[in-house]
Amino acid sequence: MDFIWLIPAFPLLAVLINGLYGHRLSERAVSVTAVGSVGLSFIIAAAALIGLIDDPTPRVYTLFTWIPGGDLVIDFNALIDPLTGIMLMVVTGVGFLIHAYSIGYMHGDSGYARYFTYLNLFTVSMLILVMGGNYLVMFVGWEGVGLCSYLLIGFWYERTSAIKAGTKAFVVNRIGDAGFLVGLFLIFAHFGTLNYTDVFSRAGELTTATATAITLCLFIGAIGKSAQLPLYTWLPDAMEGPTPVSALIHAATMVTAGVYMVVRNHVLFDMAPFSLEVVAVVGAATALFSATIGLVQYDIKRVLAYSTVSQLGYMFLACGVGAYVSAIFHLVTHAFFKALLFMSAGSVIHAMGGEQDMRKMGGLAKHLPKTTAVFVIGAVAIAGIPPLAGFWSKDEILGAAFKHGAPVLWFMGLAAAALTSFYMFRQVYMTFFGASRMNHDVEHHLHESPNVMIYPLIALAALSLLGGLLLGFPPEEGWIHRFLGPTAGAQEAHAFGAIDMTLMVLSVAVAVIGWLTARRIYLKRPATADALAGRFATAHSILSNKYWVDELYDAAVVEPSKRFGRVFNRFDDRVIDGVVNGVGNLTQSGAAASTWIEKYVIYGLLNIAGYANHIAAAVLRRLQSGQVHHYAAFLVIGIFILVNLYLWFVDDNSVLFFLGRLSLSGRN
Amino acid sequence: MIPLSSYLAVSSVLFVTGLIGVLIRRNFIIILMSVEIMLNAANLNLVAFSSYLDSMTGQIVALFIIAIAAGEAAVGLAIIIVVFRGKIATNVDQINLLKW
Repeated sequence: MDFIWLIPAFPLLAVLINGLYGHRLSERAVSVTAVGSVGLSFIIAAAALIGLIDDPTPRVYTLFTWIPGGDLVIDFNALIDPLTGIMLMVVTGVGFLIHAYSIGYMHGDSGYARYFTYLNLFTVSMLILVMGGNYLVMFVGWEGVGLCSYLLIGFWYERTSAIKAGTKAFVVNRIGDAGFLVGLFLIFAHFGTLNYTDVFSRAGELTTATATAITLCLFIGAIGKSAQLPLYTWLPDAMEGPTPVSALIHAATMVTAGVYMVVRNHVLFDMAPFSLEVVAVVGAATALFSATIGLVQYDIKRVLAYSTVSQLGYMFLACGVGAYVSAIFHLVTHAFFKALLFMSAGSVIHAMGGEQDMRKMGGLAKHLPKTTAVFVIGAVAIAGIPPLAGFWSKDEILGAAFKHGAPVLWFMGLAAAALTSFYMFRQVYMTFFGASRMNHDVEHHLHESPNVMIYPLIALAALSLLGGLLLGFPPEEGWIHRFLGPTAGAQEAHAFGAIDMTLMVLSVAVAVIGWLTARRIYLKRPATADALAGRFATAHSILSNKYWVDELYDAAVVEPSKRFGRVFNRFDDRVIDGVVNGVGNLTQSGAAASTWIEKYVIYGLLNIAGYANHIAAAVLRRLQSGQVHHYAAFLVIGIFILVNLYLWFVDDNSVLFFLGRLSLSGRN
Repeated sequence: MIPLSSYLAVSSVLFVTGLIGVLIRRNFIIILMSVEIMLNAANLNLVAFSSYLDSMTGQIVALFIIAIAAGEAAVGLAIIIVVFRGKIATNVDQINLLKW
């Protein structure tokens, strides 16, 4: 299966084509390249998955030795096992649908080629992240998706809020990445290698304390990337990006990288019970906490963003109670229905001409029947109503939490499930049903989205409907459990008993209660919402201000950092710049001195040489009279002198003496 | 027997006469004549040494020189006539068409 490298190679090729030549290509060519490359990746990933179903033994493919550095030898390799196979399917499959949807959503945008370049680059990074066979390759993907997330959140860079949101996402992620890196250092320090296979096979060498330190550091990375408490604040702001980006990066794939990482490292986590407890508590707390914020948001995408944070909390809760397969199962189903919800919300925004405030919507079902249908499917799926996808995975997580002996966590999850159901149906009713609150102009221009946007939605709706049944039925013994079990830590087998049935009924009951409450408040008597908000003014104000977490961070971290930065800035201004300027002034004086020397000494010498030449030339010029006589005369004089010299030095004689001798000899 | 030195002295006088003529006169014809005088001074030298050394070589070379001098005089005079026709001048200072 060496063709495995083709999976990231195709989107990478598309990045090069669209990145270098995209501005010259037509929209059609750009989108065919971008979407086609992901489609090809999907086909190859599917082939790889089929190979894995045949023979699920993990395989390592080494492409080349990346860092040959003495003791530190790191290969650029891929680890292909069932976990990677599932992730590859999610990334390429859901990614393909979202790419296709983007063709319609981004149509006519001036940054069309740039958008698809970033989106493909994201796909490449995400593929490297899930395929990487060692921590460093994974880290490359990890940082790559962070970069693409930043680029795509700030895609509409004319908007200040988009730039700020992008920066915020990047900086908050960086905090997590720092922890992740420390984790990698610890792993390398203890094992001397970063290959998964080596590390996991030798994991037994670790003491519990070391394992706890490593896993907590890794989990900090997961918190940042997967937007958990306390680093979740960037995700709601990330909604500034184009909606398909929110669907792909901030719902279906990138934010689940933390979950993937924890599951990938479950061998290490299993050795550190304390870390697992932390993971579970953080997950459950996040699930409940952000679900409460989601209750009162009015921005159609922000509700979904808080919902994403909440659902990621479920996944971590699952990891924390050792139900790794359920975490991945929920990751997959969540990718289906959350991508669906985001993209149908995008379809609404598209139809409304950019409006995102649910208070200005209502009654859209008449105008957007297809969008409404798929959105409702998504909402039912996430609310946990059987037999849709979300029910199976969420119920499994809650069951695992309960049976793990953590009833408090289970109850938090159950409460979050009720809230999830409530805010999803609140969104459904506020957006699609009831009386219209649109202004006339917008209502007049409403239009259903083009087919290129609708078809991916239908595909995702089908997956949301049936994905849970196909992958995870019967509970805890479904296909995904048998496939993933051996690699992702098999859960203890349970007979499906009365307790499971009770839990299942309970979770369906809370989902239905949430639904009915939302229906009562937002469909039947729309006035109750305001009345309730008035009656519980404090609670409402806390929630709609999102617990003032952003303000708290601003006051506790951002402002002090800025102040700290200003101190350093002053230090920089006064001391460092002072030194630099001092050196500069010194150099300038030196330069002035050497200028003087140059001007008066060197030029002086040069001028003297020049004048000497000039004068010599003035004399010598006269020799070149052009008169043949003169030349002849010089010739004669020269010969005379030469002959004299010859006689003088060779015969101790001169011409005159010679002539004298001649006359004497004549006389003889 | 006239000693060699006397021949040499005469030839020296002739040569210097011709040389001075070439150097100081400006008339093309005079210059040409001076060159002929110098050539003949050389001839005299050759013949004198030929007789002194009992060798015929010098006299034969002298014959060559006479022939060449005749040719040179013919060419030189032809040039003078052509130049004179064009410029109406035999003064070499005025014949400066090819000087820069």
